[in-house]
Amino acid sequence: MKVKSPLEVYKYLPQTNCGECGYDTCMSFAAQIIDRNVKPTDCPPLMENASKDKKFEKKLNELIALTSPEIAEVVIGSGESAVKIGGEDVLHRHELTFFNPPAFFFDVHDNMDEALIDERCSRVVEYRKFYVGDFITLEGISVRCVSNDPEKFRKVAKKVAEYGKPVVLISLNPDCMRAALEEIADQRPLIYAATEKNWREFLELALEFRVPVTIRSRDLDTLKSIAKTFRENGVSEIVLDPVTEPVGKGLKNTFERVIQLRRTAILGEDKEIAYPIMVTPISAWLIEGDDITRGYWETVIASTFVTKYADIMIFRNLEQYTVMPSVVLRYNIYTDPRTPVQVEPGLREINSPSPDDPVFITTNFALTYYTVESDLSSSNIKCWLLVLDTEGLGVEVSVAGGQFTAAKVKDLIQETGIEQKVNHKFLVIPGLAARLQGAIEDETGWTVLVGPMDSGRIKGWLEQQWPPKSGE
Amino acid sequence: MAKKFTLDEFFETLKKYNVEEIEGVKIEGDLEIEIEPGSGIDANLIGAIAMLSNYMQLIQEFGNFIYHTNMALTYLQRLSQALGIQMPVGVQIPTEQPVPAQEVTPVEVPKFRIPEKLIPAKFEPFRVEYPGMIEEVTLGATRSDGGTREVTVTIGGEKSLAFYNFDTQNPNIPVIAIDVFDRKPMLAKAVREHYEDVLEDPAEWAKKAVKDFGADLVTLHLISTDPLLEDTPASEAVKVVEDVLQAVKVPLIIGGSGNKEKDPEVLEKAAEVAEGERIMLASATLDMDWERIGNAAKKYGHVVLSWTQMDINNQKTLNRYLLKRVGIDRNSIVMDPTTAALGYGLDYAFTNMERIRISGLRGDTDLNFPMSSGTTNAWGAREAWMKDSPIEGDTPWGPRELRGPIWEIVTGMTLALAGVDMFMMMHPGALAVMKEWMKMLSGVIEESIDNVDDWITMEV
Repeated sequence: MKVKSPLEVYKYLPQTNCGECGYDTCMSFAAQIIDRNVKPTDCPPLMENASKDKKFEKKLNELIALTSPEIAEVVIGSGESAVKIGGEDVLHRHELTFFNPPAFFFDVHDNMDEALIDERCSRVVEYRKFYVGDFITLEGISVRCVSNDPEKFRKVAKKVAEYGKPVVLISLNPDCMRAALEEIADQRPLIYAATEKNWREFLELALEFRVPVTIRSRDLDTLKSIAKTFRENGVSEIVLDPVTEPVGKGLKNTFERVIQLRRTAILGEDKEIAYPIMVTPISAWLIEGDDITRGYWETVIASTFVTKYADIMIFRNLEQYTVMPSVVLRYNIYTDPRTPVQVEPGLREINSPSPDDPVFITTNFALTYYTVESDLSSSNIKCWLLVLDTEGLGVEVSVAGGQFTAAKVKDLIQETGIEQKVNHKFLVIPGLAARLQGAIEDETGWTVLVGPMDSGRIKGWLEQQWPPKSGE
Repeated sequence: MAKKFTLDEFFETLKKYNVEEIEGVKIEGDLEIEIEPGSGIDANLIGAIAMLSNYMQLIQEFGNFIYHTNMALTYLQRLSQALGIQMPVGVQIPTEQPVPAQEVTPVEVPKFRIPEKLIPAKFEPFRVEYPGMIEEVTLGATRSDGGTREVTVTIGGEKSLAFYNFDTQNPNIPVIAIDVFDRKPMLAKAVREHYEDVLEDPAEWAKKAVKDFGADLVTLHLISTDPLLEDTPASEAVKVVEDVLQAVKVPLIIGGSGNKEKDPEVLEKAAEVAEGERIMLASATLDMDWERIGNAAKKYGHVVLSWTQMDINNQKTLNRYLLKRVGIDRNSIVMDPTTAALGYGLDYAFTNMERIRISGLRGDTDLNFPMSSGTTNAWGAREAWMKDSPIEGDTPWGPRELRGPIWEIVTGMTLALAGVDMFMMMHPGALAVMKEWMKMLSGVIEESIDNVDDWITMEV
């Protein structure tokens, strides 16, 4: 985005504070544009004026140009499962936020036997990793043409597309690509890839089938040249693959290419390469070694470029020990640093508890809360859960930093009226808050039990410790 | 420059105007016409029209298709009227009601004209230079410097972001220390199995860390001094420091138990027995007697680790205290801005460190010190050690012995990219992978592979 201050946006707005956009003033709407929560086209009077008057239309287009993301957005797939990549505005997440997490595509190829293709596709479709109150899923499936047989590729592309996930079609052979596109172009697959050799045919395919296209070259002059040629001939949905070299000096050079591309697009304002970037951790499978070594190295490549600017990735490994760290890292890096990840403090009733059931306490840091809450819920533990306002900090940090204190626990007990809801006065505190045991007992008059270090162990802990032995 | 059109493109053009039937026509020969680009009018359109007139005769020979061709012609004529241009002379247009101009649908420009050559372009990388530089800090001292170490370790000295050696070559590759404890700690199974034979003997543990696992340094945590554990007196605890100094010849980092009251005394004693060795005292924090720890480092020539809880302003404050009030040399401070594990606050740790590093490079002299990370914290994440997911509906987590090390690796890698210069780690496999990766990004491992296109067609 070219502008940084709401004032610069405000100049372009009607300045009537009509409120039709849903915000009270044009200035707050301008601030929302800067934060990328709304677009200029969400201002009804602006749109109306533009439709009537060429002068207003010109102004609107100027504003759109000023406020559109630095990196182009590309949509892969169609319907609900479509995934949007690119659209980034900054080089460091603290400068604003990163917007569209890199999409993860997992490999099948047309020489795999059918059962294996089905197995792998199902694993992608069914993948779930619970995290911060929701399940992380995977975006899509990539299909490589290994057979070099258009008919075979067509058949497998069709089969894979039936799983309903976005697809990346991978073949440097235009005939194979055409066959697959004839079958599934309406699902808007990303095609991979136009190179210095085949770019004419791929340009034609991208135009004819109206699908996004990847351009592949290790030479950034060539990459830019092909992108420019495509753009000027009417293809705007472009993804750049500066080629992933998995090890050694090649990896160093890959790192440089990816960073230079993104940095030159954003700081150097070079629009001709301001497209989403593809990185292919699957390249790790070219190195010598067993599957675990290569799987690990695939994750090393992925982690490097999740942090540094990849917008789409092709993976080979579907084992959890490599997928899980990659999806969690992606979630972390693409979490909006502007909004603290907190939940409402207060009292939660887990699995309809009775007055005899235990009372736990945790923090309002979203990650802590959802972890504890889901551990309790999915273990069918009936209990009362007090959520303390620790300003969005976890247990360990808030105990050390003074946001988790006995006085605040006392206030929470009073505010929630938990004393009236249970017929005991036992409070279970997190193992990591053990040092507050005495202070909370003194402050509240409740008996404090120190729970396990990890809420995943509450079930076992309760079997030993609940109900508490009287007289203790 | 003249635009060229081939017959194929002509048919493509007709296709655009919904004249599909004519596709069956075959005209031999590579027929081309050339026209000059019109002023303000789409050259493609003029081309199409002109071509039509030129080929009229030819097309008429295919009598049975003429009907469809005429439809195309009619359409083109309407178009030409709308745009205010004349149809070329000599073309017979079947009479039809003229259509008012405003009802004409916008013309789609024929799309599939594929250029012969790429438009040349030069990629000019955007250059970044920072005014500041991260301090260079050396740990350990050899005989010539009054110590007994055989090697020293130097970190920091960066003038660009981590591994951005294309901006400015950074002089030092980040280093890795292995954690050693003076009493048996709680360790995840996947870690413990590598140290099972040395858990009772810190000196042997340190040897194993250096000789077998390739640690650049050893961090000795004197956790037995904790009043809630053995409460070992400081003077007794530091005997282990001497043992470890004997056992290994790499630089040492000495940590306390984290007890605010006792750590200053323990670290002071450690500083004394290690005089001349240039160890790092871990750590000074705002909520304990940082002055006493800082003074001990200054008096005995050591480095001090300035540790804050993920807060850039507190980090600034503590560094200033150590510099201004204690008078520590600028080459004797390392920062620990706190490490949170992958999935458990890593985003905060990453951004905090990245901001600190960028501030330092931009010239903030309160923050331009090397950074250290307690990467072993990664093992606190349940994904690293728990047998399987406790969550209903989760895809099974798979073997934990493979999950743990990679959790430590990814935590470390992410923070390396934020600018960390020194990692405290535990799993030997994680250490090995991190080292390999950092060497590659620093350019000291040349060996690469050439067949980088092969994954596209490989059968795995």
